[in-house]
Amino acid sequence: MLELRKDIFADERDDNLNEIGKPTQRQDMLGHVTGRTRYYDDHAFEGMLHLKVVRSPHHHARIRSIDTSAADRLPGVRRIIQAADIPVNLNTLLSLIEFGEDDEPTLAEDKVRYIGEPVVAVVADTEVIAMAAVAAVRVDYEVLPHVLDVEEALKPGAVSVNPVYTKNHFVFHDSYDRQKMRFGDVEAGFAQADHVLEARYQMSPIEHAPVEPMGCIAAPETNDRIVVHTSTQALFFSLGTAAKILDMPSNRLHFIGGTVGGGFGGKVDSLTEPLAILACKLTGKPVRYGFNRQEEMQAGPPRGAEVHYIKDGVMNDGRIVARQIRSYFDAGAYTRLSSYAIIKCTGHLPGPYTIPNVKTDVFCVYTNRTPATAMRGFGVTGVDFSLECHMDKMAQLVGMDAIEFRIFNAYRDGDMKAHRREAKNTALVECCQVAAQKAGWPIRDEFQQMSSLHGGGGERAAIPYTRMDQEGIIAGMSAAQAPPSTPIQAPATMAPAIAATVAAPPPAPVVPPVPTVAQPPVATQLPLAATAPQAPQSSQQPPVVAGAPAVPPLSPPAMGQQAAPPSIPTSPSPSMQPASPYTSPAPQTEGSEGSSRPSASPRPGTVRHGSRLAGTRRR
Amino acid sequence: MSKKPLQFTLNGANKAVFVEDGQNLLDVLRREVGDFAPKYGCGQGTCGSCTVLIDGKPHLSCLTLAERSEGASIETASGLADGPDLHPLQDAFMEHFAAQCGYCTSGMLMAAKALLDHTPTPTREEVVEAIAGNVCRCTGYEPIINAILDAAARGRRFSA
Amino acid sequence: MTVTVTTYETATEAAHAIAAGTSTHFLGGGTLIMRALNEGDPSVRSIVMTGDIAMKQIRPAGAGMEIGAAVTMADILGSHDLGFLHSAARAVGGPAIRNMATLGGNLFARSPYGDLATALLALDGVVVLASGGGMREMPLSEFLAGRDGVAKGVVVSVRVSRPATLEAFRFHKVSRVRPKRIAVLTLAAHLPMNSGRITGARIAYGAMAPTPIRVPAVEQALEGASLDEQGIARALAVACEGCAPANDAIASEWYRREVTPVHLKRLLLGQAA
Repeated sequence: MLELRKDIFADERDDNLNEIGKPTQRQDMLGHVTGRTRYYDDHAFEGMLHLKVVRSPHHHARIRSIDTSAADRLPGVRRIIQAADIPVNLNTLLSLIEFGEDDEPTLAEDKVRYIGEPVVAVVADTEVIAMAAVAAVRVDYEVLPHVLDVEEALKPGAVSVNPVYTKNHFVFHDSYDRQKMRFGDVEAGFAQADHVLEARYQMSPIEHAPVEPMGCIAAPETNDRIVVHTSTQALFFSLGTAAKILDMPSNRLHFIGGTVGGGFGGKVDSLTEPLAILACKLTGKPVRYGFNRQEEMQAGPPRGAEVHYIKDGVMNDGRIVARQIRSYFDAGAYTRLSSYAIIKCTGHLPGPYTIPNVKTDVFCVYTNRTPATAMRGFGVTGVDFSLECHMDKMAQLVGMDAIEFRIFNAYRDGDMKAHRREAKNTALVECCQVAAQKAGWPIRDEFQQMSSLHGGGGERAAIPYTRMDQEGIIAGMSAAQAPPSTPIQAPATMAPAIAATVAAPPPAPVVPPVPTVAQPPVATQLPLAATAPQAPQSSQQPPVVAGAPAVPPLSPPAMGQQAAPPSIPTSPSPSMQPASPYTSPAPQTEGSEGSSRPSASPRPGTVRHGSRLAGTRRR
Repeated sequence: MSKKPLQFTLNGANKAVFVEDGQNLLDVLRREVGDFAPKYGCGQGTCGSCTVLIDGKPHLSCLTLAERSEGASIETASGLADGPDLHPLQDAFMEHFAAQCGYCTSGMLMAAKALLDHTPTPTREEVVEAIAGNVCRCTGYEPIINAILDAAARGRRFSA
Repeated sequence: MTVTVTTYETATEAAHAIAAGTSTHFLGGGTLIMRALNEGDPSVRSIVMTGDIAMKQIRPAGAGMEIGAAVTMADILGSHDLGFLHSAARAVGGPAIRNMATLGGNLFARSPYGDLATALLALDGVVVLASGGGMREMPLSEFLAGRDGVAKGVVVSVRVSRPATLEAFRFHKVSRVRPKRIAVLTLAAHLPMNSGRITGARIAYGAMAPTPIRVPAVEQALEGASLDEQGIARALAVACEGCAPANDAIASEWYRREVTPVHLKRLLLGQAA
């Protein structure tokens, strides 16, 4: 059972713990065992109506016409809702933190892009009538070719899936078709390596399959408010999403939730609340919109599929000298949280190992699959599986014990990580040692004696010279992505913001000006940003151009910043929290080195970025 | 719409309701009677979260046509406790952390009760088989199995 | 739009109602029809039921047994006379499902369900059917092959032969999750032996076609064979002949074909599933 190993890092921790390590009864347990816990559906309202939606039977189709007349005539049908009835139909979840373009309709407009996509909502007196009405709605579809594979979707001529990101990939930082990270020189690493091992790993979508399907009940409350009992895992996130889609002040909504019948990340997408609230407003009645099991499995978002190509260079003594990763995350038809998952993923690469040369490219790809969302460590789980499989193969390749191989390459405190942050509070060495001991897996004494506290820093803290490359640069979001017929609907405040800008907590720290003028990369090795967060290391550079003087220029940002995820209210990653972009004074453009400014910026967009960034300070 | 009268006992108390043709027992218990302990999880006999006892035997209330319960004795998790005194199964579930989100718990408890009522000293295999139709997605089944075995041991102590 | 439910005294009356109605279905244990109702299946408009006592009976019939269609899996498990069907009945669902699911309903379960029907097939099951025109009988294999066409009636009972010996009847359900078991495939075999040779073998598979099926190629290959590695080799070579397994969430068609000979071998040689 639970065992607290207080001997490890004993002097780094206050052990005056009152609760941790002692059995404590959960406060909700009594309700669970007596059947009294109230989930969203365990609320009775007189005159409650039921909402059901017509869903796409096709992966991809144009909607020629929708005929609701037969459904309308059914006794007991109160209201039929279509896209035009929804105040702000197009949304993207992370618009609440200004990350990404609005790309997903609440109800489909001209096209459907995955099986299960909502097209029409019907509101009726009973669930039986609502289901009959759904069956009575006639949608005339022109079936279109579809794409279900991430690598197929990125090939020239592939079917275009997403209405905004028409090239089937998310656009990172306004300028990139991928999330990049460059550290050192992997090609030199491979050339130096005794062995190079390359492999492909893939993970299929995974359904959360909570026993409680998602849903909500929206009911008129006093004071002209609407009370919403919901299964959401992210109450205020769902509140904000509903308020935006319905174009109503959030203080008109009273969300009650937190009692979730299993979520695991699958109940953050706010898929039911906007429609139920709208139906409540339109009918003046309590409205329940609950997924059935089929909907939960088909239309409920899964953990998305991933493909990882890993290429490692390793020396005969077991030292990994280069790691190159190219990954494809399947977002499904719309972005939801996949863009964020990739920021998290990149922040985690190249795994908990100190590797002097790293190159990673992670793509957020659109396919005609159910949009993916959060699930327990999303962004990290799939790539960790791949990396650890690869570690096993590499250990075998060099004839080392798999655990010793990991301990040997594990990062130590003080090491520089590829995204230019110093490794702190690392514990992989100790984890490996305890795991080996528990598993009765013998490791040699010298590995048993190693520590995360020793052997790090020094040379291992250095940032290697990193050469620029132009891979993945695109002309920019509006030029390259938006089809002429579909203007981007997002207002300026909803424009894509880089991850770094949205994670910033107030108040904004004072950040000295940094140059935005492109400069050639320099080959010197400077102690870096992450290790000395208070000031830029290079003082001879010109000041920031204009616009937002107290804001770091951000076109395009460094991995150190990119790794900082937007702090959305789902699965927060504590290890990522300290990575505020503002503590990193010398933004590292991809491929840049030290505090030099590279010439990678595709356009002098600093002012625009800066002002937008300033606009996000409210958070 | 025509409705049919239906009488049954729920946790020992007489109930009389009118049900729709085709309405399932789960819906009647929850929406007509107001007993929210049994849950909807799948509506297709896969998850077991709607498990109730009908005349002492476990049934899936979502697949039970309500009108077939005429005169039946129905038990749900709401009736497990005896006033303020919890059933040994409830005590054991609490102590063994046999519930996390709690959504499967009502059905799991009733499946376990059906077992212990019939087989007071089950083997581990019998416990596993008894909850084979009940899906838990959070806790894993080990704490639940341990709780049921422990409840059986408590039951023995009580009756001794 | 709404459903009507009507209860009749006898199976014959219920059969008449089904013959006369449209979108009319017989409700047995509820595990199929109630699911369809819960999911708003528009093809279920009218439901008929009966409390006909004949459908609850378990009784000897000649050399075999006649089992009422309303007999549940739990009833089978409670019947000493039906001991040979216990492994198949226990393979169905959990305890709650077994208290509800009926023998009659199992004949209508879609692949990969229908474990009991697979066992009944290997025991030369004969279906007794009440239809608009009166009672009639037909071999279970024929009934299953035309299942969707003959549904204009009510299954009253199924007659099966008793296995020659307890060891002569074998049933394996192959699944990936224990103990909640949905079939990758289900195998049932009746292997009467005469002087060490198989005579009159019956082999049935579940989940290897849209309905449970007999496998004549394997049966023929086993005729006169001995139950050892050499004797069954020919049968294993034709293990998947005539099969059309589905690609579903439980297993792919490829996987089912790959593992069928493996499990058939274990079944025939009496090894653990």
